[in-house]
Amino acid sequence: MGKSLFQKVWDNHRVGTLADGRTQLFIGTHLIHEVTSPQAFGMLRDLGLKVKFPQRTFATVDHIVPTVNQDAPQDPLAAAMMTALRDNADEFGVTYFDLSSGKQGIVHVVGPEQGITQPGTTIACGDSHTATHGAFGAIAFGIGTTQVRDVLATQTLALEALKVRRIEVNGQLPPGVYAKDVILHIIRLLGARGGIGYAYEYAGDVFARMSMEERMTVCNMSIEGGARCGYVNPDAKTVAYLRGRPYVDMTDFEATAAGWLAFASDADAHYDDIVRIDAAAIEPTVTWGISPDQGIAISEMIPDPAAAATQGERDSIVEALAYMKIPAGAPIKGVGIDVAFIGSCTNGRLSDFREVAKYLRGHKVAPGVTALAVPGSQIVAVQCEQEGLPQIFRDAGFEWRDAGCSMCLAMNPDKLVGDQLCASSSNRNFKGRQGSSTGRTVLMSPLMVAAAAVRGSIADAREVFALEPDASIV
Amino acid sequence: MPLAPVTQVSGRAVYIPGADIDTDRIIPARFMKCITFDGLGEFAFYDVRFDEHGQKTGHPLNDPRFAGASILLAGLNFGCGSSREHAPQSLRKYGFNGVIAESFAEIFFGNSTTLAMPCVIASAGDLAALRKEVDNDPATVVTIDVVARRARSAGGLDFPVTLPESAREALVSGRWDPIQELLDNVAAIDAKAVELHYV
Ligand code: SF4
Repeated sequence: MGKSLFQKVWDNHRVGTLADGRTQLFIGTHLIHEVTSPQAFGMLRDLGLKVKFPQRTFATVDHIVPTVNQDAPQDPLAAAMMTALRDNADEFGVTYFDLSSGKQGIVHVVGPEQGITQPGTTIACGDSHTATHGAFGAIAFGIGTTQVRDVLATQTLALEALKVRRIEVNGQLPPGVYAKDVILHIIRLLGARGGIGYAYEYAGDVFARMSMEERMTVCNMSIEGGARCGYVNPDAKTVAYLRGRPYVDMTDFEATAAGWLAFASDADAHYDDIVRIDAAAIEPTVTWGISPDQGIAISEMIPDPAAAATQGERDSIVEALAYMKIPAGAPIKGVGIDVAFIGSCTNGRLSDFREVAKYLRGHKVAPGVTALAVPGSQIVAVQCEQEGLPQIFRDAGFEWRDAGCSMCLAMNPDKLVGDQLCASSSNRNFKGRQGSSTGRTVLMSPLMVAAAAVRGSIADAREVFALEPDASIV
Repeated sequence: MPLAPVTQVSGRAVYIPGADIDTDRIIPARFMKCITFDGLGEFAFYDVRFDEHGQKTGHPLNDPRFAGASILLAGLNFGCGSSREHAPQSLRKYGFNGVIAESFAEIFFGNSTTLAMPCVIASAGDLAALRKEVDNDPATVVTIDVVARRARSAGGLDFPVTLPESAREALVSGRWDPIQELLDNVAAIDAKAVELHYV
């Protein structure tokens, strides 16, 4: 019996077995940011420890950076966090892509962009969306701050092996259906807890056709389905994307690439579970509730608690609808929005802005709607500039901002106010996620956010932008 | 660095209703603007404990009957979402020593174990019975017996709970913080780094 990529990478990186039975796993690459690392460096100092392999750790600042006037004086707590990261990076000899580097951005955008993220490696970051890097066939874990300390001090983690679920999506995605819709659909089907104990392997011709950026969108949201990591097997696209990137060793690239491809799951690999999904059945998908698995197709009605199968389901629908202040049984299409946000580590890359710009020209953001476009990194921002995209967004009435996490979790000044409803390309619709304890989030693809911005309400992008049958990017 | 074994934790309990309680709920992101974990306790569950005007809501943690509770009772998938260790840190600092739920999200579970806060899974039925007892008598003492994998109450409930063997072993043997053991294997770590061409 062959091995899955997960098993190959796991076996390869196993340092030993700990007394409690867990595996001590070598972590090839450690990514850190300002929110979850300062306490870890503090613990290191308390213990009198150094960073074991400083050259394997990379830092950037993303969560708390403002997206306008990034260098201007800002809130003192945010400034303290940035100073702490600077000081820690200097003291411990860690590479830091700071605001003046031209390479700063959301940690999960920066890693791939720099070619730090590579197939067959293990990656850890004090951030649950670290699974994003699985798009390259890496096994990438989100970890807590004490574990950040463990990786800093030892370049290893104490971990329990995961089971592997292969999720095959085959067939043709209909026009206007994007990677975001695919992952929202998967999470809807398997649930927010369905992936607990699993790594998700995304397979089938839909993922094979996807660009690297689309694969990142999918892997990014693995954690919203409960899976700690998710990956796509490396292929020619993976190799092409990485060729020539700053941190890719080009000395014998063909051999390196061959080594990467060898990590792909064997045809006869063992899986603990296999799920098959028909691509043709996936529609543009939006969330209606307060958990990412509370999703429906844009054509569907908001769930009615009266139709719930169990008491538990009924309770969660009632709770979600009360928070969202939307009526049971009514169409989701037409629900008014106040804010539109395109950005985040899920959908803040060049292809996301490109795809929206393709359709946005000639349209205007509806009166009363605040629309934000926030590139995921400084490099994405430059790439967008080079293609003239910011002007298209500005002409339509979007604010074009500087790189950062922004309204994905609102640790910077970009926040919802009161119970504003936000059409958002980010990954979490939890209560209060976007900075107001009563703020409401509806997750969707970037083009669906643009459609909502233009209509002033949740809308079907296929109608708003009169999508042609060949317009699908997959 | 010898650590104290965690064989059992006891205290009064409080039930926080709902499935999929995420870590944004446990500690809203704006309270993570900090460079130490100190002081996080007072912000645990802040946005559900206080309304927009800063007034206390009807949340169980505001109910004086449950003041001083140190065992948290919860539903399915407790601690899902963000990996922020700020969440279990805030619960610890708020005064919780253990959690009994129908299930846990993995990262939260791991973070909590490393903070010596046992998280154990009980059946929906057993949890319902325990909640009923706690509701009738908030002073009842609930014990999580990590060694025996059981939960007990002063009112006579005694039922099985589960947690992964590795976590149980780590807690009861005082190895819940793995750092020393990880450090001890430095030779194997160095060899692996070379073998995989990471250095
Ligand atoms: S964009 Fe959002 S989900 Fe991604 S790292 Fe930033 S805060 Fe986290």
